[in-house]
Amino acid sequence: MFLEQLSNGIALGSLYALTAVGYTMVYGIIRLINFAHGDIYMMGAFFTYTAIVYFNLPLVPSFIIGMACAALLGVLIAKFAYTPVFKAPKINLFLCAIGMAIFLENFAMLLWGPETQSFPTIIQNQIYTFGGLKFTKLQAVILLISIFLALVLSYIVKKTKIGRAMRCASQDMVAARLMGINTNKIVFITFALGSALGAAAGTLVAMYYKAVYPMMGFSAGLKAFVAAVIGGIGSITGAMFGGLIMGVVESLGAAYISSGYRDAIAFIILIIILLFKPTGLFGKTVKEKV
Amino acid sequence: MLEVKDLDVFYGGIHALKGINFEINEGEIVTLIGSNGAGKTTILNVISGVVKQKNGDVIFQNEKINNLTTEKIVELGIIHVPEGRRIFTALNVEENLLMGAYLRNDKKEIQEDLENVYELFPRLRERRTQMGGTLSGGEQQMLAIGRALMSKPRLLMLDEPSMGLAPIIVQEIYETIEKLNEERNLTVLLVEQNANLALQVAHQAYVIETGEIVLQGTGRELLGDDRVRKAYLGEE
Repeated sequence: MFLEQLSNGIALGSLYALTAVGYTMVYGIIRLINFAHGDIYMMGAFFTYTAIVYFNLPLVPSFIIGMACAALLGVLIAKFAYTPVFKAPKINLFLCAIGMAIFLENFAMLLWGPETQSFPTIIQNQIYTFGGLKFTKLQAVILLISIFLALVLSYIVKKTKIGRAMRCASQDMVAARLMGINTNKIVFITFALGSALGAAAGTLVAMYYKAVYPMMGFSAGLKAFVAAVIGGIGSITGAMFGGLIMGVVESLGAAYISSGYRDAIAFIILIIILLFKPTGLFGKTVKEKV
Repeated sequence: MLEVKDLDVFYGGIHALKGINFEINEGEIVTLIGSNGAGKTTILNVISGVVKQKNGDVIFQNEKINNLTTEKIVELGIIHVPEGRRIFTALNVEENLLMGAYLRNDKKEIQEDLENVYELFPRLRERRTQMGGTLSGGEQQMLAIGRALMSKPRLLMLDEPSMGLAPIIVQEIYETIEKLNEERNLTVLLVEQNANLALQVAHQAYVIETGEIVLQGTGRELLGDDRVRKAYLGEE
């Protein structure tokens, strides 16, 4: 059972990781906990679902459409809901994000109905064994897609000019502007990337549990946020590790303690880690040289 | 080359700049001196488009640049090295320098300019793979100037390059500024609290007090001016 729960936890954890990255990137750049991120994840799942069910498209193009639509949605939200309040006190931006979350949930109910829709089974259940670890085919797909997306993201952030500009803007917005970086554009790109990753996670979760529903982003968003904080908010590597740790501990905890405590376990890890490392696993205390 | 006309800036209800006028000719080092809070940094921020003025114009090479974004202003060749250096601490030295060339696409020339910066500051070459945050204050200032040079500026604006540095490093930085000015004919706008230093290298100097220019002249003239000596050079 241990190994089974471990592979379960790794699959779940990689999904938390993908979602957490979106939180952490947006936080890194505009210091906003984007509470609508979980709902972008939900919208992403619905976009993919729509492409498959209503337009009869195959999985791969639907998946890509889902990510692209979510990226666009993220940019629209940033442009029309967040940038107008950038100069206002931070609390306004934060409230704006909560409002956006409520709006998206209700908008999804309006479009697709409040009930749970069943997500078509596309990947058949087949079991693979690696060493002692047993993976279903779907779990393997989830893991591979997550790793692939994480690699693409780290390539963009570390090796490209845009990525370097993103890192600069997240460290010092004004200095980045003084280098001639169009920081507005960087903010939008960050939202697009984070939202696309969120949509990928949402879709994979929908495939995993074979269900999509308008409130699916709420607790997922909350947990991904916890994962981002565990890893040290603002750090992409941190968010990935935070997500994995949470997925694994949660699955094991649910198996060995009680599945009723599943959600509680996530927050207990958060409290324990923050007690010993208040900035999170990969977070840095900000130092300044004079 | 650059002309600032009747500049008025408000921060909320505070009248931070009250009708500032000055000019910079090509190839000059011009300095703005004055105490903390006089408005020197604000002037640089307006020129680089970070702060918007209420009234007045900034004219660069006969073109109004008031309403341009910082991006466009950098493209025109005005680069601003901010107070406190603000290098990117989590990027290494070379990545920091390359950020200065963000708007350029001429790869070959960027490499050449990188070499030039390393020649100018050999210490940066030694530390090219080190994170910006691990550098000493003086090295960070060199990096900030090097990064600015990577944008191929025509006007280099430096805000308090001597701040918090040991006198021997300050000396080195100032020698470099003069060298850039003489050898490459780079125009420099220098904001300083260390009036003595700035006046020694400046061709033209302006004294700012509470948002107004109260004195102006050549560096040498102001060094000899009684009011300047009393207020800024600490002499009785």
